[in-house]
Amino acid sequence: MSLLTVRDLVVEFPTPKGTVRAVDGLSFTVDEGRTLGIVGESGSGKSVTSLAIMGLHDKAQVSGSIDLAGTEVVGADREKVRALRGRRVAMIFQDPLSSLHPHYRVGEQIAEARRLHFGASRRAAHKHAVQLLADVGIPHPDERAGDYPHQFSGGMRQRVMIAMALACEPDLLIADEPTTALDVTVQAQILELIARIQRERGLAVLMITHDLGVVARVADDVLVMYAGRAVEQATADELFAGPRHPYTRGLLGSLPRLTGPPGELTPIPGAPPSLLRPPAGCPFHPRCSERIDVCETTRPALQGAPHPAACHLLTIEKEVAG
Amino acid sequence: MIRYLALRFAGLAGVLLVICAVTFTIFYVFPADPALQACGKSCTPERLAMLHHQMGLDRPLWQQFTDYLVGIFAGRSYGSGPLAVQCHFPCLGFSYQNNMPVWDLMMQRLPTTVSIGVGAALLWLVGGVTVGVVSALRKDSLLDRTMMVGTLTSASLPIYFTAMALTVVVVQIGGLLPYSSYVPIAEDPIGWTKNLILPWVALALLYAAMYARLSRASMVETMAEPYIRTARAKGLPERTVVTKHGLRAGLTPVLTVFGMDLGALLGGAVITESVFGLPGLGQLTIDSINKSDQPVVMGVALLAAFFITFANLVVDLLYAAIDPQVRYA
Repeated sequence: MSLLTVRDLVVEFPTPKGTVRAVDGLSFTVDEGRTLGIVGESGSGKSVTSLAIMGLHDKAQVSGSIDLAGTEVVGADREKVRALRGRRVAMIFQDPLSSLHPHYRVGEQIAEARRLHFGASRRAAHKHAVQLLADVGIPHPDERAGDYPHQFSGGMRQRVMIAMALACEPDLLIADEPTTALDVTVQAQILELIARIQRERGLAVLMITHDLGVVARVADDVLVMYAGRAVEQATADELFAGPRHPYTRGLLGSLPRLTGPPGELTPIPGAPPSLLRPPAGCPFHPRCSERIDVCETTRPALQGAPHPAACHLLTIEKEVAG
Repeated sequence: MIRYLALRFAGLAGVLLVICAVTFTIFYVFPADPALQACGKSCTPERLAMLHHQMGLDRPLWQQFTDYLVGIFAGRSYGSGPLAVQCHFPCLGFSYQNNMPVWDLMMQRLPTTVSIGVGAALLWLVGGVTVGVVSALRKDSLLDRTMMVGTLTSASLPIYFTAMALTVVVVQIGGLLPYSSYVPIAEDPIGWTKNLILPWVALALLYAAMYARLSRASMVETMAEPYIRTARAKGLPERTVVTKHGLRAGLTPVLTVFGMDLGALLGGAVITESVFGLPGLGQLTIDSINKSDQPVVMGVALLAAFFITFANLVVDLLYAAIDPQVRYA
């Protein structure tokens, strides 16, 4: 059963220079117990999407539909969404140091949500926080609960963030670039931790990352985003076996590989487009090495088999074959 | 913590000692002969010599300085024999003008200055921070802009202008309050308040404007911090996000400035006291400078320095209580 259903999500930010459409008609679902990886470069709209699910956009105009465990988030009453936050859906962020309050003990910060949503007593919430710290692999959790964030290492801080997110036993965990700020060895540990917690608790996880390596490790399904839109949607196995969109292939080509013949990395030329004035047609066409005339004028739809991708080449191939 | 405290107090003593030495040098080494100042108009050479001895000016300079320091902590006597004058602890010397002990003179004036300073400080702290925080939370709204223009205006007006304007409007035209004079709080708390309202408001308007701008800037910055987003992501009500998570970090910088400002003000609110004719330390300072009453000027300078350094110490300790990173540094 799908826990999170996003339909035609549009997030726009009014700016003095015009409206920026950061997310443009995005649809996807996350099922219970599964992990969806959303991949894209900076500015592709992945973090904006996650904040929209949390109902944390202040100045943005959000339209479309976000159904979280049966509750519609878009346009809902602030208090109603607030009751979901931390309780049904929890989030961990990129930089665990700046995401933790520097002036409060970590135990207190973890216990805070439990006391709020479950009305737990100070003592019970603290005990639970210590248990969570143990669960996420922090040694001597009893003592460490009394420490401040700056007394932890980067990886330990991210563990604290995860413990905090788990405090109210949410159904959905959104992890927004949870390993980007960490050392490589620590990255692997944190990903393993998230995967283990997901297995043990049957959580649905939305993993937001720019790193296909992360997706390969943890995701069941993948959504590739470009300029606020989905360009390819598949199970992880399918995506890595047969990427259909030139952008996805570009992303894969820019990953170093340890197996197979050695070769140079192939970066995608150029930079993501301005969302203030997106290019006409397919937003990826200025950077696409395989572009054809129609790409400059018409926006491709997300469609096709074995899994949907938004590229004119795919429809043309089909026509040629047919 | 005890070690830290001890270190800080030692530092405080060190700073005061340096200030003491500097003021002492300025007043006793450089221009005029203090004995000549004290001697008065009908001065004879014999009397001058006697005064030199009496004031200890015939002793080497370093001895004069140590005498001065010892006097502060243990009292001392000036001169010797039957003419000796006893100066009790804490001895800062005698005024040249009226031979009163400097300490007593200052203590007479201190309640006025403390009343003005503390009252105004509470007013500007509450007012300024409230305006600043509300402004920060409603950033770029009409309310924010109006308040920021208001604070800019208020900060631009010199205190003698606001003081006079307030007096004209409230006292002369409105007849709502008496002309300011100092009434001890113990004698008549209502009269004390009535007399001090205008000085409080005049002083607070100036400071409140700065505090509003400072706390706005700091709160705007804090509310954009990722840990505020984390607090919201937990589902905390916005009220809790602001008060528990925002204010704690956002108002820490305000605290530093507040300690220093209050400390400085306790050394004498010179302009406010002058404009309202209140007999505080500021007035005493001006009087004694005009009359070259060096012991008094020195005493006031030392007291002011003490207040500032002490306030600074208190702020640092509070800082350590608020911010664990300072505590463990």
